[in-house]
Amino acid sequence: MRPSNEPFFWAMFSAGGMVTALLLPVLVVITGFLVPAGVVEFAQLESLFDFWPVRLVVFGVVFLALFHAAHRIRHTLKDLGLRSVATPLAVVCYLGAIAGSVWAATVLV
Amino acid sequence: MTSEATATRTVTLEVFRYHPERDDAPSFQSYEVPYREEWVVLDALNWLKDEVDGTLSYRWSCRMGVCGSCGMMVNGRPRLTCNAFLREFMPGPIRVEPLRGFPVERDMVTVLDDFMGKLTDVKPWMIREQEQPVEEGEYRQTPSQLADFKQFSMCINCMLCYAACPVYEHEDEFIGPAALALAQRYNLDSRDQGNAQRQELIWSDEGIWDCTFVGECSAVCPKHVDPAGAIQQAKVEATNSFFLSFLPFTPPGMGR
Repeated sequence: MRPSNEPFFWAMFSAGGMVTALLLPVLVVITGFLVPAGVVEFAQLESLFDFWPVRLVVFGVVFLALFHAAHRIRHTLKDLGLRSVATPLAVVCYLGAIAGSVWAATVLV
Repeated sequence: MTSEATATRTVTLEVFRYHPERDDAPSFQSYEVPYREEWVVLDALNWLKDEVDGTLSYRWSCRMGVCGSCGMMVNGRPRLTCNAFLREFMPGPIRVEPLRGFPVERDMVTVLDDFMGKLTDVKPWMIREQEQPVEEGEYRQTPSQLADFKQFSMCINCMLCYAACPVYEHEDEFIGPAALALAQRYNLDSRDQGNAQRQELIWSDEGIWDCTFVGECSAVCPKHVDPAGAIQQAKVEATNSFFLSFLPFTPPGMGR
């Protein structure tokens, strides 16, 4: 029996789930509510990105959240009946996550 | 409600009927069954078999949620029919079908060979490298060591979790919730040394990795076992071991 390569993707999925659960609500509150309400100045928020560790952390959050989503979408679509195309489906989902991460990196650099 | 009123009330049971040697396709047969507040679906089926139609086939034994024989789909959900009260489904109708995902032998009787085979494959028994002689006494265990696995040992092999699992329905090879939970039950037992023997199968694509974390197995379990939790625990162990296998050395305390 061949050992599974799934632990790698599952580890990314788990890390992504943790990061998403802890940080995404905070980011939504800040960017979605506090900035429009004028409590936080957008320029002030943007100036945080001058500090490179902030850019690195934001990239990490985006990257892991995208892998989490890709893994979840892949398995949900499998359950919904796309079993016959499981391998191409996995490739498309993870390539999507990689593409999104590359795009995030170009925006952040 | 007076007992007279309950005795005259009835409920409709829509029962799955299929004799593979005789019928081209399964069909549903409707029966009117007396409604009694203290009756469960199994009581209604037994009444039907005794009073109306002796050809009705289904499995049952203990009538008290211990033997795990009377699992059927009741209104689309996997239930032990001995603890599914008619009153939960009033005013009806109540649809009774065989457990989903299993081949039908006749009416609600399903073929269990696949599950039985997978159950033995995971070696759900105590494995010792060397048996301790009887004179040395029992294998002792602390309450906290017992607590590690006790909930998984409550499984009665009723297969409701298999009927609830969307993966098992489509993936023939998937070992499935109860067998994986029982493997975990022995892997977590401080007296057991069979982890390495179970690992290859449990950690394969047909084992824990086919699970898509739906969690219905734990939701339908009549004994409050948490197979989804067992699979998650095993995934963490498999993932740790996967990454540790890239290290040139085994970190202290991580050797398996």
